[in-house]
Amino acid sequence: MSPIISVSNLSKTYGSGFKALKGINLDIAKGEIFALLGPNGAGKTTLISIICGIANPSQGTIKIGGHDIIRDYRAARSMIGLVPQELHTDAFESVWATVSFSRGLFGKPKNPAHIEKVLRDLSLWDKKDNKIITLSGGMKRRVMIAKALSHEPQILFLDEPTAGVDVELRKGMWEVVRTLQASGVTIILTTHYIEEAEEMADRIGVINKGEIILIEDKATLMQKLGKKELTLQLQNKLDAIPPALAAYNLELSDDGHAVTYDYDTKGDRTGITSLLNDLRNAGIRISDLDTRQSSLEDIFVSIVRAP
Amino acid sequence: MNYRAIRAIYLFEMARTWRTLLQSIVSPVVSTSLYFVVFGAAIGSRITEVEGVSYGTFIVPGLVMLSVLTQSISNASFGIYFPKFAGTIYEILSAPISYLEIVIGYVGAAATKSIILGLIILATAGLFVPLHIQHPVWMLTFLVLTAVTFSLFGFIIGIWADGFEKLQMIPMLVVTPLTFLGGSFYSVNMLPSGWRTITLFNPVVYLISGFRWSFYEIADVSVGLSLGMTAAFLIACMVIVAWIFRTGYRLKN
Repeated sequence: MSPIISVSNLSKTYGSGFKALKGINLDIAKGEIFALLGPNGAGKTTLISIICGIANPSQGTIKIGGHDIIRDYRAARSMIGLVPQELHTDAFESVWATVSFSRGLFGKPKNPAHIEKVLRDLSLWDKKDNKIITLSGGMKRRVMIAKALSHEPQILFLDEPTAGVDVELRKGMWEVVRTLQASGVTIILTTHYIEEAEEMADRIGVINKGEIILIEDKATLMQKLGKKELTLQLQNKLDAIPPALAAYNLELSDDGHAVTYDYDTKGDRTGITSLLNDLRNAGIRISDLDTRQSSLEDIFVSIVRAP
Repeated sequence: MNYRAIRAIYLFEMARTWRTLLQSIVSPVVSTSLYFVVFGAAIGSRITEVEGVSYGTFIVPGLVMLSVLTQSISNASFGIYFPKFAGTIYEILSAPISYLEIVIGYVGAAATKSIILGLIILATAGLFVPLHIQHPVWMLTFLVLTAVTFSLFGFIIGIWADGFEKLQMIPMLVVTPLTFLGGSFYSVNMLPSGWRTITLFNPVVYLISGFRWSFYEIADVSVGLSLGMTAAFLIACMVIVAWIFRTGYRLKN
């Protein structure tokens, strides 16, 4: 199936000479949730801005549902709903008016039933006549999502949707995103929260310094992440691993006071019980233990920090 | 054409007008009434007729123009500057609308507002002095042409401005002086000849002269020239707006 978003060889150089994007290639399939991770200034927002028509590309092409975003901008943009990172709202408009305005702007005929549904789904229905200025930050965020959904887009961009949003609201937002996906909407979200990507995404892309350095199915990534590390502090110094324990591939620390053991939490057996048994049989006494999971965050940090 | 988008922008802008009724309609009417009291009644009573009409009557077209000009600029410049300032411009830029449609929406609303205002001021003037309009159709033509032209000009200022100071600068430092020196309160023929020549470089002179002609058939310059100059300024503004959108100047980077 042809991708719903196809970015090829996209570069962006700002007037100052700063290269924000360097030859980005990215295909996004219809109906998937794609999480774009990256540190501040990596180019996430620039990429989204160009796809949505807010910034001009310096080089490369982008197609949305087969429509070129420049030559065929009307068809391309009609398919997209954008929720930007910053809370940009018309303070003195009512919720209902601002969401209806967005629908009109995208050239769709009035449909109060749809707007009502969007507002109800986002728990904004009882605030529909309130001026936006009177709403809390979390509600304003939802108003922006409502605006983006007002014209029934097939693709939704969520730029840092849960930045500065409390835990409960974040969970609610995840719920909304899942419902949207179920209705066939393709979702691209950028986030700082690794757990959010883990929770939501089908695929994860990592962008750094204007380049996409990793794109992987979340399942594949999580398998890599299934590895855990058990560290055992020993009461007495150990000079070498006893041959009886060779099968565990233990690693002895330099000072001889700790051993580490790698295991797979997703495996049928972790081997921890037998390891502990065998250690006791070998007369090795343990003073403390500690387990550690290499998270998406670790992988993320290690690729991003790499020179 | 995305007519629904034009309609959405137009109605959004008009809603802003009704919301700020006091500032957008009432205050210009009050200040114009003050002009009538001061210039028309108090000072005007000591001035004999200007070119065959009483002074109070003479200044009516100029005062209407003064308001239409300044209000067109401030409506349109604020209308487009504010979304830039508040960040809500993102939605306009990401919507499936052409630049022409954006301009029609914003400039159309700003011009509508100042035309309504001009007519209200005209009606207010009728309370103070007897009014007589010789060529109502031409009067409306000049009114609409001026409102559209200066709304476009205001739109350009709103896009160019990157702070509230710049937003005020052109209207305060350029437009207000040009309007006051443009023959709102006097006939250009009353000036010494050297000043008259300088005055002819002031585009506002042509607007006010043409507009006043439609009322009393008295003009500083020929009506054709007035119309031509206004149209020339309109075209100049259109060219600049087209360039702005083609290059994305101050809108897209």
